[in-house]
Amino acid sequence: MKKAHKKGLTNIQRDIISGYLFFLPWIIGFLVFTLYPMFFSVQMSFNEVTVRPGEIFLEWQAGKYYDYAWNVDTTFKLHLGNAILFICCATPVVLVFALIIALLLNKEFAGRTFLRMVFFVPVIIMSGPVVTNLLSGHSLQFSEQLPSIYKLLQSMPEFISKPSIFILDELALILWFCGVPILIFMVGLQRVSPDIYEAANIDGAGGWEKFWKITLPHLVPMIIINAVYTAVEVSNYSELEINQKITGAMFDTTRLYSFSAAMSWIYFICVLAVLLVLFLIITWFGRRSRA
Amino acid sequence: MKQKNKNVKKHFKKLYASRYILLNRFTTYFVLIAAGFVYLYPMIYMIVCSVMSQNDLVDPSITWVPTGISFGNYLTAFETLDFWKSVGNSFLMVIPTAIFQTFSTAFIGYGLARFEFPFKKLWIVLIVATFLLPVNITLIPRYVLYNQYGILNTVFPQYLPALLGQGIKSTVFILMYYMVFSSYPKAFDEAAAIDGANRFKIFYKIALPMGKSTSILTVLFSIIWYWNETEQSKLLFGNKITTLPIQLENFAERYTALYGNNDTFQRLNESVSLAGTFLSIIPMLILYVVFQRQFVESIERSGITGE
Repeated sequence: MKKAHKKGLTNIQRDIISGYLFFLPWIIGFLVFTLYPMFFSVQMSFNEVTVRPGEIFLEWQAGKYYDYAWNVDTTFKLHLGNAILFICCATPVVLVFALIIALLLNKEFAGRTFLRMVFFVPVIIMSGPVVTNLLSGHSLQFSEQLPSIYKLLQSMPEFISKPSIFILDELALILWFCGVPILIFMVGLQRVSPDIYEAANIDGAGGWEKFWKITLPHLVPMIIINAVYTAVEVSNYSELEINQKITGAMFDTTRLYSFSAAMSWIYFICVLAVLLVLFLIITWFGRRSRA
Repeated sequence: MKQKNKNVKKHFKKLYASRYILLNRFTTYFVLIAAGFVYLYPMIYMIVCSVMSQNDLVDPSITWVPTGISFGNYLTAFETLDFWKSVGNSFLMVIPTAIFQTFSTAFIGYGLARFEFPFKKLWIVLIVATFLLPVNITLIPRYVLYNQYGILNTVFPQYLPALLGQGIKSTVFILMYYMVFSSYPKAFDEAAAIDGANRFKIFYKIALPMGKSTSILTVLFSIIWYWNETEQSKLLFGNKITTLPIQLENFAERYTALYGNNDTFQRLNESVSLAGTFLSIIPMLILYVVFQRQFVESIERSGITGE
């Protein structure tokens, strides 16, 4: 310690001290507002919590609340399944849609600024209550507008019909998650050097080939960022039944905090698994398209 | 003859090319406008429905064009939302938070970008990991923590995490600043150091102005994301400090409390609640329209990539 106050510090030592000085706020914040709450949450999920004025008592219950959530509670698994289905359906749709819109918005044409604004509006106004008021019942209902497509989809085997009908039903909501991914893709597109396209033009490549051979491989990092961002965003979306159930169960008098904490950990682990699968799929595609 | 043939071919090629461009342009507009329609459909519906009178609303023959425009719904919604007070509360909770978050993430990002210190890689991994951690997990313990210190229902549950780089999506901002501050030449800092500036002064006088567009973007996004956040705010301070979105969530209850539920004519209808929805998004829409150029420009210039 004494050494640090002396003048004869090397540059490396100085760097370390200043670096940690700048980084200190984050470390404190992380310990107080993230790490400690995380451990406390794990602890609560395994213990019975009783609150008396000024004090909190914990009593070890082992996996009782996890067991309750998984085996006894009637709606938890249903909501969990729906949430996972929603994440798995929404993320690819958001990625594809955002990419198409970003490619189109990247061109030069009249009215580009206006259209850019339109696609960014959901980011500005998207809060839980606004979405509930606007999208429940007031978005385009494809079941009414295009009944023939609906019937066609319903006749398909369940593993196709269920997700596709789900996507159509929730299309407006899913598309509202596209704002930030569109932005990220647009930035990514502007980073691809025009020289590469020029070289491809000279070699006689068509638009389709250029997209698969140049644009897409360059966008792989953006696709990963967007996939993670979207999946996290969708899974945290406050109007999701599972999130409502978790926050709703917080003050259950017989299972204060614990039940809610147990459910949130099960949900988090499921979301992490989905993220891992997504990540593996995209990096696999990325490697294949570069080869 | 050959020359002529060539000319004809060239002509056709030109014609084909111009048609191709036209078709291309057409599909671009078509796809964008169709998608934009699906996007904005709920909002268009909201605007039309919010000016409908009671009679228009129940008339099944009227779907899009109301017989007249009535702003009565807006007056009712305005009262129900307690608009000015809620807007004031929202600003109180959002503006300082956004400034704190911008400053703290810039500070942290600068430390990461400009200095070599042990475990830096580990810290960056942890910063990304906090992004993945759902709000639900830390919500109860934070609630208990704030309760213990008696700062529940004050501004602090919102301000403190933002000040220490743990606010909403701080990860995104820290990584953005990290990119920006890593990308400008180190010679700038060294020149200032030779002139006798200390590290904080260098950060304040050189780095912050360098990352100006990132800062604008961070403030704007921070405002938007904090403004629209309800899940945490409802629990941590929503009972005392009702922001606009929280008030919107309680719209039906407040309406019943104010206007009663006995009279069928007085019952809360779609028009009023949609008028309320529109009122609640107006502040952010104004912000967006005013800062529209900054949004586009700073997005292009800031390091929105992450790695």
